[in-house]
Amino acid sequence: MNVLDLFGYLIDLLAVLLLALGLKGLSTVRSARSANGLAALAMGLAVLGLLLQLQPDPIAWLWIAIGTAIGGLLGLITARRVPMTAMPETVALFNGCGGMASLLVAMAVALYDSDGADLVELISIVISVFVGAITFTGSIAAMGKLQGWLGTPGWTQSSVRHGVNITLAIAALVGGFTMPGDPTGAPLWILLGASSLLGIGVTLPIGGADMPVVISLLNSYSGVAAAAAGFVVGSQLLIVAGAMVGAAGLILTQVMCTGMNRSLVSVLFGGALGGSAPVGGGGDEAGYSRIVSCSAEECAMALENAERVVFVPGYGLAVAQAQHALRELAKLLEANGSEVSYAIHPVAGRMPGHMNVLLAEADVPYEQLLEMDTINPEFPRTDVVIVLGANDVVNPDAKNDAQSPLYGMPVLEVDHARQVFVVKRSLGAGYAGIKNALFELPQTAMVFGDAKAVLQQLCTELRSQGVGKAA
Amino acid sequence: MTTLSQALWVLLLGSLLGLELIGKVPPTLHTPLMSGANAISGITVLASITLIANAQGNPALLILGSVSLGFALFNVIGGFLVTDRMLAMFSRKKSGGGR
Repeated sequence: MNVLDLFGYLIDLLAVLLLALGLKGLSTVRSARSANGLAALAMGLAVLGLLLQLQPDPIAWLWIAIGTAIGGLLGLITARRVPMTAMPETVALFNGCGGMASLLVAMAVALYDSDGADLVELISIVISVFVGAITFTGSIAAMGKLQGWLGTPGWTQSSVRHGVNITLAIAALVGGFTMPGDPTGAPLWILLGASSLLGIGVTLPIGGADMPVVISLLNSYSGVAAAAAGFVVGSQLLIVAGAMVGAAGLILTQVMCTGMNRSLVSVLFGGALGGSAPVGGGGDEAGYSRIVSCSAEECAMALENAERVVFVPGYGLAVAQAQHALRELAKLLEANGSEVSYAIHPVAGRMPGHMNVLLAEADVPYEQLLEMDTINPEFPRTDVVIVLGANDVVNPDAKNDAQSPLYGMPVLEVDHARQVFVVKRSLGAGYAGIKNALFELPQTAMVFGDAKAVLQQLCTELRSQGVGKAA
Repeated sequence: MTTLSQALWVLLLGSLLGLELIGKVPPTLHTPLMSGANAISGITVLASITLIANAQGNPALLILGSVSLGFALFNVIGGFLVTDRMLAMFSRKKSGGGR
């Protein structure tokens, strides 16, 4: 071991330390941003240390430069350009590419750099290809579903899919186990093909609202794939980092499941919610009897006289990209002397924490975003609550009706407010596929329409009443 | 170089560390944390670079290594930047106070 080796070794250790600190820091609000920088620095150090140890020749440098330039540039552009509302699919895309990288390394070693005699290497290659391929195709399928490019085919909601996926998994296993005899031939390609299809087959049946959990799980997988790639190329640093991210991703997945009141098993194997419950949105409309609907004008009048207004933004707001319109309305109301705040359910938005990001982007002051435990005692002294594209998180059945599938899920107690307006496109069921008792309460009125359009109408109405002119 | 038992110990300890690192995460941070952890999983750049550096002129290894490096760096650079973009909005709101 010469001095340069020793130096590289120390850099590796420092990189692991900083990565761990970075990951830890990301889980508290105050330190999150610097922790992210720390993790990035650690990654840079790790690369530097590796280059010192390997001392690539000029041709290798050339190819490293090409890969770095293309990947880095695309990453830079994507990160700058992507809108905040598209965050779930962006994370899925990045994650899929990480899985693809591990997969490619394993394939390259299997095809061109292996004598097929080293059993440990073969096992590592099998795991890396299997997990890497599932991560890649699964992430891309998740992205496609979130973007609306892919639907949920009928067969994936029946038990057929379990048969298909089990067959694929067995095929992948057979491919993996027969590799030692024939490391570059058919078994490798069977393994690759079956794993790739399996990634799609497992992800496709899962409903859009559960997708964040899946992405988080796939994120954990890409760590596993990286650790396996670490075994393939013999890098301890890669094994540590991959294992760390893999394990941390599992914990995060669990935390998210708890927040959404779902179990991981039912997310993965239960199909899109509603598969066993009464199916579909349209059919449920007949289930409501005492629905009062009202126009934007009436809603605007109530708002004009309200002293205290709470907005409950949900998935629908994110889909309609209405956060800026919401901020506009809030400003008008504040100019009119109302006290405005936002009730943020832990799973509001397209994934947990996403709503905070979206509203922060629309310049909503951080102090007005109130978490569930803070805002719930405030509802009895609230004049008007406006529910925007949220459904299950405001369903009082979760507290009152032990028969409800939602029973036990923490909800925002908007039914305690004096008046509730629910802005919604139709009476279709929420993602849990069940009726919302809130809609039938006497103090509730429905304002039907797209969240963004309704918010803009409300602004127009308020302005025509002279609100906000003085400010 | 690395023996198998060393590598397995490293795997075990790394996993245990990962399990302990994230305990209670406020819901606000789920999205940024996921995105940040995702960027870290792009650490597989190390495998790509190792592959290229040990290719000894084999064009297939060089090309595959370079492509995988591109994919991994896309994950790393994009992941860290997008996480920073999200977190920047939180800190701006906090220090900016009432605007």
